[in-house]
Amino acid sequence: MSKNVAIIGIGQTKFGELWDYSLRDLMAEAGTNALKDAGVEKNEIDYLSVGNMSAGRFVGQEHVGALAADVLGIKAPAIRCEAACASGSVAFRSALHAVQSGNCETAMVLGVEKMTDVHGAGALTSLAAAGDQEWEASIGLTFAGLYALMARRHMHEYGTTQEQLAMVSVVNHENGKNNPYAQFRNSISVEDVLKSSMVADPLRLLDCSPITDGAAAVIITSEKNAKKTQNPVWVLGSAQSSDTLALHDRKSFTELLATKQAVKDVFVKTGLTQKSIDLIEVHDCFSINQIMAMEDLGFCKKGMGGKFVESGGIKLNGEIPTNTLGGLKASGHPVGATGVRQLCDLTKQLRGTAPNQVKNAKKALNLNIGGSGATAVINILGVEPNAS
Amino acid sequence: MPHRTSVPMPWRLKKRRYDLNGTKCDCGVVYYPPRKICELCGNKINNDIKLPNNGVIVSFTKIMVPPDGFENISPYIIGLVKLSNGVVLSSQIHGPEEKIKINTPVKANFRVLFKDGKNGVIHYGTKFEVIE
Repeated sequence: MSKNVAIIGIGQTKFGELWDYSLRDLMAEAGTNALKDAGVEKNEIDYLSVGNMSAGRFVGQEHVGALAADVLGIKAPAIRCEAACASGSVAFRSALHAVQSGNCETAMVLGVEKMTDVHGAGALTSLAAAGDQEWEASIGLTFAGLYALMARRHMHEYGTTQEQLAMVSVVNHENGKNNPYAQFRNSISVEDVLKSSMVADPLRLLDCSPITDGAAAVIITSEKNAKKTQNPVWVLGSAQSSDTLALHDRKSFTELLATKQAVKDVFVKTGLTQKSIDLIEVHDCFSINQIMAMEDLGFCKKGMGGKFVESGGIKLNGEIPTNTLGGLKASGHPVGATGVRQLCDLTKQLRGTAPNQVKNAKKALNLNIGGSGATAVINILGVEPNAS
Repeated sequence: MPHRTSVPMPWRLKKRRYDLNGTKCDCGVVYYPPRKICELCGNKINNDIKLPNNGVIVSFTKIMVPPDGFENISPYIIGLVKLSNGVVLSSQIHGPEEKIKINTPVKANFRVLFKDGKNGVIHYGTKFEVIE
């Protein structure tokens, strides 16, 4: 049995096109907010884990673990974790293991991405490096392109429709309206999505999460310390799985097998099932990915994700409230920060202080995907330290 | 973009890209793109193999918003192609757009993949074309 660990502080910046924020500024604001929320001094942090995909390409800065420590005035060991869009969750797991091992007491996880200092095509080129550079990106296959290949196949095999894909974005935008940190806080309609410009057929602009600047941070600590705090949110389980880097090497193009493995692992570890979970955060980088996530996580049958979304299953009052504060689509997707932002949003829900509060939320799950599905991370959080 | 202007990278890949040259493990599994360690049996792979030129489209997309360097050929179609031996690869696909569909038969062609500006390397390789 691993030791109990809890989230005792969360903080983030606003997400959006933040022209007046540098990489440093984002780190400073999210880190400081999390320390304040936790009531923890910077010298109590004995491990700093930074989730960041591509500061080297976006702003020409590497060594971002040390940079974050510098900015926040932390002298403890600092590392940077990279797993494309799952960098934040992988950074979280690194900190979790450090605290569980007993080597550290209190750790900060800081996810950050500064994406708008480069022009749009430059950002796309950097993001495409999350796929296979030699065999995908180098022939002009973009990230939207990879998910479009999956979407087309899903539509072919299961009859998933463009309207069902559009509904994913409609619901996420509706949920983002009450989130003061969200990049987009406007309602959109199915017609708006279907009329938006084509990015990679069949995915349109409003099927895609945006390019975003932002940072999010959580403070985690050991059970001994957490029990002295007001509203600890406990980490009940965590799992990570890998699949081939390139889409063409996969056994299936309509599901992410890394997600299926990770969810199996986390439910075996915790003894929980889908029925125990009150709300979830999933990785809606493209609308099709949320549909596949609902299936792969087992909240609906394979191939039924489109119908599940259409019937309102993911809405706040649906079978499983999903992306209650807007997900990647409306909140924005600063890639290295997204996994940590998901944990912040779930923590708000489990504390009972979220906009769009889900009543009696006791257990919640996040799914953070790296690349086109080569990395999948799932965490389960709860209001009580034990899963049962 | 350093990775795009690289000279050694396309040179290193030329056999693989020009001739659809993959690898075959002693246990019988064929890989393209090539692998040096077999996913199935875990052994080191020492043999190269020429892949078949014919296949069918498994999925496809028309890229309307291209990355750096692909503006001149945009929009373009990229697909997953399943070769006649079962291997699946990613490739640009050419041919009359109305004929590019799932299960459309395609064949390999030697083509320019990417021109790295006026002074950079011209990357050659394989694209797939609709069989009419």
